[in-house]
Amino acid sequence: QDIDDVGHKYHLELVLEDILDKDSTVNCTAEVLYHLGNNNIAPDVQVTLEGELKNTDEADNIFYHRIKSLEKELVAENIPDSYGNVLPEMEPIHLLAWVASGYVIWQNSTENTKFQLAQIKHVKQVKRSDEYLEFDYMILLHEMVSQEIIPWQMTVLWHPQHGVQVTRDSRQPKHASE
Amino acid sequence: MKVLLVFTALVAAACSEQLFVGDQVLRVTASDDEQMALLRVLDEQAELQVDFWRHPTRPGHPADLRVPFPSLQAVKIFLESNSISYSIMIEDVQELLDEEKKNMTKSRRIERSTSAFDFASYHTIEEIYDWMDMLVDDHPSLVSKIQIGQSYENRPLYVLKFSTGGSNRPAIWLDTGIHSREWITQATGVWMANKIAEEYGQDPSVTAILDSMDIFFEIVTNPDGFAFTHSSNRMWRKTRSINAGSHCIGVDPNRNWDAGFGGSGSSSNPCSETYRGLYAHSESEVKAIVDFIHGHGNVKSVISIHSYSQMLLFPYGYKRVPAAHHQELNELAKKAVSDLAAVYGTKYTYGSVADTIYMADGTTIDWAYDNGVKYSFTFELRDTGRYGFLLPSSQIIPTATETWPALLDIMVHVLEHPY
Repeated sequence: QDIDDVGHKYHLELVLEDILDKDSTVNCTAEVLYHLGNNNIAPDVQVTLEGELKNTDEADNIFYHRIKSLEKELVAENIPDSYGNVLPEMEPIHLLAWVASGYVIWQNSTENTKFQLAQIKHVKQVKRSDEYLEFDYMILLHEMVSQEIIPWQMTVLWHPQHGVQVTRDSRQPKHASE
Repeated sequence: MKVLLVFTALVAAACSEQLFVGDQVLRVTASDDEQMALLRVLDEQAELQVDFWRHPTRPGHPADLRVPFPSLQAVKIFLESNSISYSIMIEDVQELLDEEKKNMTKSRRIERSTSAFDFASYHTIEEIYDWMDMLVDDHPSLVSKIQIGQSYENRPLYVLKFSTGGSNRPAIWLDTGIHSREWITQATGVWMANKIAEEYGQDPSVTAILDSMDIFFEIVTNPDGFAFTHSSNRMWRKTRSINAGSHCIGVDPNRNWDAGFGGSGSSSNPCSETYRGLYAHSESEVKAIVDFIHGHGNVKSVISIHSYSQMLLFPYGYKRVPAAHHQELNELAKKAVSDLAAVYGTKYTYGSVADTIYMADGTTIDWAYDNGVKYSFTFELRDTGRYGFLLPSSQIIPTATETWPALLDIMVHVLEHPY
């Protein structure tokens, strides 16, 4: 739907599928408005869920307490590795990056981009005195149309009851030698 | 991973009986010039035998040090008393070495025949080239290996020829790995080449095809890029040719063909992943195939295999105008995709490149089509983005298995519709 002087609006019907349980699906509808001209504004998104998302409190709390009780800050690299492997204990870190990168992708999407999270190059936990967990990620985003691999830094806050926040993110320069 | 590189060195050392029990690798970050100087002092104390895996370059940048067990306490006290921040990257080097060695020997068994080759794991270029020779040895009357040229860095470009005889029979061309980071394609290529060899004389379709036609299969179409994905950058896509006047390396081999060359579906910037090159066929990897197909003169189908997105595509990418044979190609794609889905339920979309994925000019299949090869298709294999290029090896055999009937559909159609 072209809206004169405003932009292009898309009406979508989607099915959400739980990555961890393929049989668990939820229908949704969404409206996405890409603004005319200015590519620096994220598209407007309205989503309506027709159903409920699974409750993940137990797994969330186990992960939360595991990280909170680590003596040394968590540090990891290359998730997944070159062979597609993710260590089981790193899977929540991977999933958290997935969610957080969704925010970054939304903020940087236009009608001519299609981003995917390609890999976590590096992640480092930042210890906090409050109840939040903080992770400093360096991720690689794959942009399908240009085929570019774009390094991106993102600072992610998470708490089981308060959800995910990306407090800082910035596009990084590609390595000139490669 | 760079750690893997160092391990090969360490394993070599380990073979000469040097053990690293209790040694740790510390990641140390000097925060200013003074601390940098202190790290240099550490390096100079020979009796500590600190082994710098990564030297400190400037403040704020990490240095990696392997510290032998006997020196651990002294080094940590030194760092802590000078407030130099560090973390333990590897708690016990020997433990990790033992684990790595176990994994390496497991997957790099010396293969004595193709039946011992591990199709369910990703291999290096040397392993794939060795395996090719074994395939030829195992099926001498069916398979031969030819060299069609050399890569930029002078690696041989090998093509497996499947033929039951005749002279210059109508042929099908298959290629995988033109974009080196698409590891599932080379792995699927190996599995499929093996399958073709095994099924001749067993499967009626394969037998019928090879009784009248030849198959040419280039598995490592971009060997320089492939080697680079193993040694340095897993996400490398292009060739490794040097671009005059630029520090950026490589040309996108799937934008370098002479079909709509130079349009908006490719880039003129050498630093871009879709850089088209200075002129069409500038890349030796592409020119070799062009020369081969032209020289052969009887190629009836070109099937180029990529990942990821789960799509089956046909020309055109460089223009939105439907190809003359759009309807036939569309119907064939529809059938192939349906037979693929029947195996594990994997959904593919299909259509012309321009309609289905994006505008792209200078592509393999557009060139083939415009040069008289009617049945030109591109596969984009698994997945749709969850792992993307980093598809777990556990998905190699399922991917190859489901793609096989789709490939057969196309090859059978080519056989049954001579032109």
